[in-house]
Amino acid sequence: MSESLVDGPRRVDSGKRTWLIASTCAGAVGGVATAIPFVSTFQPSEKAKAAGAAVEVDIAGLKAGEKITVEWRGKPVWIVKRTAEELADLPKHDSELADPQSARHPEEFTPEYARNEHRSIKPEVLVVIGICTHLGCSPTDKFQAGPQPSLPADWPGGWLCPCHGSTFDLAGRVFKNKPAPDNLPVPPHMYLSDTRLLIGEDKKQA
Amino acid sequence: MADFKEISPNAPVGAKLLNWVDNRFPASTLYKEHMSEYYAPKNFNFWYVFGSLALLVLVIQIVTGIFLVMHYKPDATLAFASVEYIMRDVPWGWLIRYMHSTGASAFFIVVYLHMFRGLLYGSYRKPRELVWIFGCAIFLCLMAEAFMGYLLPWGQMSYWGAQVIVNLFSAIPFVGPDLALLIRGDYVVSDATLNRFFSFHVIAVPLVLLGLVAAHIIALHEVGSNNPDGVEIKKHKDAKGIPLDGIPFHPYYTVHDIFAVSVFLMAFTAVIFFAPEAGGYFLEYNNFIPADSLKTPNHIAPVWYFTPFYSMLRAITSEMMYVLIACVLGAAIFTAIKSKLAGFLKGLIVLVALGVVAMMLSIDAKFWGVVVMGGAVIILFFLPWLDHSPVKSIRYRPGWHKYLYGIFVVNFVVLAYLGVQPPSPLGERVSQVGTLFYFGFFLLMPWWSRLGEPKPVPDRVTYAAH
Repeated sequence: MSESLVDGPRRVDSGKRTWLIASTCAGAVGGVATAIPFVSTFQPSEKAKAAGAAVEVDIAGLKAGEKITVEWRGKPVWIVKRTAEELADLPKHDSELADPQSARHPEEFTPEYARNEHRSIKPEVLVVIGICTHLGCSPTDKFQAGPQPSLPADWPGGWLCPCHGSTFDLAGRVFKNKPAPDNLPVPPHMYLSDTRLLIGEDKKQA
Repeated sequence: MADFKEISPNAPVGAKLLNWVDNRFPASTLYKEHMSEYYAPKNFNFWYVFGSLALLVLVIQIVTGIFLVMHYKPDATLAFASVEYIMRDVPWGWLIRYMHSTGASAFFIVVYLHMFRGLLYGSYRKPRELVWIFGCAIFLCLMAEAFMGYLLPWGQMSYWGAQVIVNLFSAIPFVGPDLALLIRGDYVVSDATLNRFFSFHVIAVPLVLLGLVAAHIIALHEVGSNNPDGVEIKKHKDAKGIPLDGIPFHPYYTVHDIFAVSVFLMAFTAVIFFAPEAGGYFLEYNNFIPADSLKTPNHIAPVWYFTPFYSMLRAITSEMMYVLIACVLGAAIFTAIKSKLAGFLKGLIVLVALGVVAMMLSIDAKFWGVVVMGGAVIILFFLPWLDHSPVKSIRYRPGWHKYLYGIFVVNFVVLAYLGVQPPSPLGERVSQVGTLFYFGFFLLMPWWSRLGEPKPVPDRVTYAAH
């Protein structure tokens, strides 16, 4: 099949070659253009985008030292009422934390009203998304202070991520030298009344 | 293009039929090229059965997979229950499911042994580089296949495993979060993720896998198999051009492989019938709890075959980054002082190294963990060009090479073990040392593989008739 159909030395027909190159390029453009809708289907659907409504929670029954979990955008949001003692302990281990003042990427992890030592609006009530900033596992409660498996001897109480061992204090701040780079994110939230909390929105008027 | 062959009108019907087909499709030619006249070295040992076994497991996975899809529902609200339905209500469904789940682990056992055989006897060396590269691509596909398949039962480990691995992509600077969003199709792992993983697992990746397997075998049969002595059998041929040390694949190695298949199936069925979960290693206990997006199980770890790489991911902490930075700087300084490159190239290397160090200081350790984990697999592709040993086979390498390979295996197993365990300070240190050794083994190979005095390599394969 490889023999040429014409006799004599083979010559490149430059006119034909130009058109071959041009039509190949046109074909490639068409191919890429066709790929765009296919790749676009990987994006979140309109339905997924719409499912992000704010959640209202009544925390009247939440006692000091307790935690409740609510679902917002498919993620666990923790609401923890810390005891006065736990609050007083927070500044003590600042030197062991990676970012005690929540200064790293604050726009992403800590809204303005939570950029303080206790990372919350009301000092005792912490609202954080319970998803580790490393690879997205949900850390486990380790509220009991003191030495225990997988934790340091001077453990002040907080959370341990079961996946890669990141530890967080009771303000959701990550300890140094752990795989997680950032503190647990504080979701936008606001108080509708003293005990009614709205998670997902923080405009002054709801 | 072959000429049209006439056959005697008195030929038997079978021969006439075969001739009819051969004039239209190269049936006899293909059979001869790949079976009856494919000459493989006669000194194969047991290490050479794992390629055929991998093909067998591939067939088992495809057949059981087809039957599982008949009963499985790729829907976040129905998936978990449909797997339980297969296990309890579909007649013999439990057997098909356990064959498939055990098959996944068996696949990795067989493939790891197959790859280690290649490492031992230098099967990736010239002219078999492409055989090795296709093989590494198959390994990557298998990892993708196993990972996406593990999401389908929609248990706790399925869910959180997928959550962690997809989030690996979000560690990539700039494009990461959007890429992770594209993979999930939602802001969290959800029904959309399950559906697309199902599509990839049952059709997209298997098609690529089959193509790569065909390429792997075609490339192998083009260059011919290596052997435990690492000598080329094509050097010595008889008058007909057949290698003196070669024997036809069929019947010699088909029989050899059928024996291996029998032994393999004994072990495989024993696991299926007596320990299908293999103590939580093949099917993790937490995966018998339906996925809960609000609670991560107390101990999550990938299935055993991913754990060496997972350990390396966990080993990269911000402390470890300083060690890695020291390694990069050390390597750059060493090249600048010791190598015989032109001054301009040396300057370029130092500049690149400084750029890398600047990136290592400015980007989170989390991203570098992902780079290390990915790099641990990708580095395998470069093995043919890293190994500079004058001999192929471990048999004729300096004696201490055997110990080095031994340590490599032990290190790999230790990393695998640590990846199953919950994180601990001691485990972290050990896995950091293990990670450095793993990369040192490969990256320093151009240096250490040249050291020592190789033993004399025989001209012909060593073989005792039995």
